Amino acid sequence: MGSVFAFFVVITLTLIAFIGVKAASLHFLFGVLIPYAAFVTFLVGIIYRVLFWWGSSPVPFCIPTTCGQEKSLPWIKQNKLESPSSTLGVIGRMALEVLLFRSLFRNLKTQLYDGTKLVYGEAKWLWLAGLAFHWSFLLIVIRHLRFFMEKVPASMKMIEGLDSFLQIGAPLLYITDAVILSAVTYLFIRRVVIPQVRYISLPADYFPLFLIFGIALSGVLMRYFFKVNVTGIKELAMGLISFSYDPKVLEGTGVIFYIHLFLVSTLLAYFPFSKLMHMGGIFLSPTRNMVNDSRMKRHINPWNYPVKVHSYAEYEEEFREKMKGAGIPVEKE
Amino acid sequence: MAKFTAKPNELSKLDYAPPKTGWMDTPVEIREHMFCHAAKPKELDAVGFPNAREWRPADEDWKLPENWERLLLEKMKDLLDKYRSFKVFMDICVRCGACADKCHFFIGSGDPKNMPVLRAELLRSVYRRNFTAAGKILRKIAGARDLTVNVLKEWWYYFYQCTECRRCSVFCPYGIDQAEITMMGRELTNLLGLNIGWIAGPVAACYMKGNHLGLEPHTITSSIEFFLDDIETITGIRINPTFNRKGAEILFVTPSGDLFANPGTYTAMGYLMLFHELGLDYTWSTYASEGGNFGFFTTNEMAKRLNYKIYAEAKRLGVKWILGGECGHMWRVIHQYMDSWNGPADFLEEPVSPITGTKFENAKAAKMVHIAEFTADLIKNGKLRLDPSRNDHLKVTFHDSCNTARGMGLLEEPRYIIRNVCNQFYEMPEDTIREKTFCCGSGTGLNASENMELRLRGGFPRANAVKYVHEHYGVNMVANVCAIDRATLTTSIDYWVPGVGVTGVHELVGNALVMKGEKERTIDIRLEPLPGKEGTADETL
Repeated sequence: MGSVFAFFVVITLTLIAFIGVKAASLHFLFGVLIPYAAFVTFLVGIIYRVLFWWGSSPVPFCIPTTCGQEKSLPWIKQNKLESPSSTLGVIGRMALEVLLFRSLFRNLKTQLYDGTKLVYGEAKWLWLAGLAFHWSFLLIVIRHLRFFMEKVPASMKMIEGLDSFLQIGAPLLYITDAVILSAVTYLFIRRVVIPQVRYISLPADYFPLFLIFGIALSGVLMRYFFKVNVTGIKELAMGLISFSYDPKVLEGTGVIFYIHLFLVSTLLAYFPFSKLMHMGGIFLSPTRNMVNDSRMKRHINPWNYPVKVHSYAEYEEEFREKMKGAGIPVEKE
Repeated sequence: MAKFTAKPNELSKLDYAPPKTGWMDTPVEIREHMFCHAAKPKELDAVGFPNAREWRPADEDWKLPENWERLLLEKMKDLLDKYRSFKVFMDICVRCGACADKCHFFIGSGDPKNMPVLRAELLRSVYRRNFTAAGKILRKIAGARDLTVNVLKEWWYYFYQCTECRRCSVFCPYGIDQAEITMMGRELTNLLGLNIGWIAGPVAACYMKGNHLGLEPHTITSSIEFFLDDIETITGIRINPTFNRKGAEILFVTPSGDLFANPGTYTAMGYLMLFHELGLDYTWSTYASEGGNFGFFTTNEMAKRLNYKIYAEAKRLGVKWILGGECGHMWRVIHQYMDSWNGPADFLEEPVSPITGTKFENAKAAKMVHIAEFTADLIKNGKLRLDPSRNDHLKVTFHDSCNTARGMGLLEEPRYIIRNVCNQFYEMPEDTIREKTFCCGSGTGLNASENMELRLRGGFPRANAVKYVHEHYGVNMVANVCAIDRATLTTSIDYWVPGVGVTGVHELVGNALVMKGEKERTIDIRLEPLPGKEGTADETL
């Protein structure tokens, strides 16, 4: 049910943009005001969540999940990435997590055969689809920066060149466009098809998938099928960052662009309040970003406070006679 | 309560298909043999835990304090403010499901609420409802729900069906650690007096008497006296350990379970023989007579209160450093918490092995060394005379404890020792060992008897891997470095893979150790004939 609900929310959002621009001619609202509001919400929301919500709580204990041999005796080979004893090791570990999804790569599929035998099989599809999705998304975002630049730098052109090296169609097909649509489709299908994953899925899990699919699809339609006026869109984008808006440019851009932009705005505004904050959270996850050196270096708990204890004196008071009887030395005879 | 009698083939008939109704609409069913008895009021009163009262988990009415919702939400706020992990883990889960089939309780029960992700959602749903804008406005659409008595019961039931083993955390792409969430959940239940007897009893005993089993000073010495008699029978050598001795170089702390029941006691005998052979200047303590920490399964504060004794006693006795025995959660606490709680241990010296001169650099601040690190160093430096053939009747595998593997990274030291004291060592399948090791199924104070079904279900994946090496290589002994393993794996393995025993690593060391002046050994630490000495054993006894 969550998926149906989320699907209709995204359809509704699309219709709002369509009617708002096509019927009500609210170009300024959808082309300028909403994108600004969304961008501000995105920035403020993320800063709030990272600095003032997560950041306001300390990390009282050093609790890395060790996934390899600790640093111990010099002749025992330490796993410097999975059980890092230095900041450099942690940086390596985090880089593997963030760039290559190291932990997800470990994924296994547990299966029970004949009710007696547990077998652990390879399960790399989620890792592969996740990686394909996130890297495509990143490259697409980078490609979009050309709309906000007077002169497009050579590095950007190189990314575009690589992304379209298959040389299919006109305009040239970007591989990332095909990959992101396939990956999101896979992520949706596995969510629906695997019973356990369907069982745990919330509307908040389907919504971003549909939303991102809608964004990618509207982008693809714009580029390959409706062939909107790209020069106009660039002018509009440049206008947004220089706070100057040309009504002619706004009105001269096709409605499909506004749908795309509205869905992107929704994603930006939704981001800080949702699970999408895993983007920031991964960097703050104490089980991954801490050095496994808690016996080498004292980790300070800022709220450590004195507690009521049962002292040795109290203990001896209670057991003195028994201790003496057993020949155990005591403080007071 | 009827005795639990289900046979292994009945228990392993598992259906992993989730129910038709959504999890929020499927009320918790508190099932017999899956939960532990409630704590007794006197056990909670002994340490000043709140809301102590008589109550029973199976009853409809849990006699909750009137303002329980407010108490819980205030405590949640307090925990959120104290632990960044709690906030981050509440916010960033994407429900990808990678953790789902990694939990031994899910694998062994098929109950969807034992998937770590869903066990966490039990708490997250209430977090969203009360601490996030989306949850306050959108309610169920945002995955939020009200805190009700049924939700609380669900928390209690499932947070005491998690052993904080951290296996899910290894596979989570964000490192979300269910152990951390369960710890928060248990802080919350503890606040309402909803503790379990099997935890609260040992906590009270440990606080007042120094150890979980409530062994009084004279009982500790007399227990060890029994071991010394047996050691004399085996080796002809009389050992004289000291207790609470000031001026000793090293304080030795081990879980009290090793002093109480087989096969833990055999491990304790191994320690005694090793230390004697080395001529180690060390002492036991009857006050700091517990390495484990059941307080860790109640509240962070209680854990600190129990842990206090170790440094306090080291200071009182004036030792240089501390050596710790084989235990699982004890080492999570010592490695990751002790120095933060009760340090700095500036009254101790950086640990140096008096036998080899090796500096234990990795313990230079906390000043406590794991016995596997200590012994591996001895063997590497050729300080021990070992006869591994005395363990030739054993085909050994090694079970990594959750906490030493995933909360410390102690993986190679015990393996190195085993390879030097045994000739036949076989690893279990690689997805079930090291950082991917499975819990025994009875950790975090869930090793009671009334929850036997839960323990056996949770122990199924570990036992299944033992079965594999048993069938393929004839493995007949599971070695480990954990007192809870020694106490509970025996039951679980005996149920799933009869014919395989359980041993501590230092029992194997004690058997292989050739001691100066010993008589020719014919029996092992269990007083059973050594391989090839079957005929002579009776005469010796």
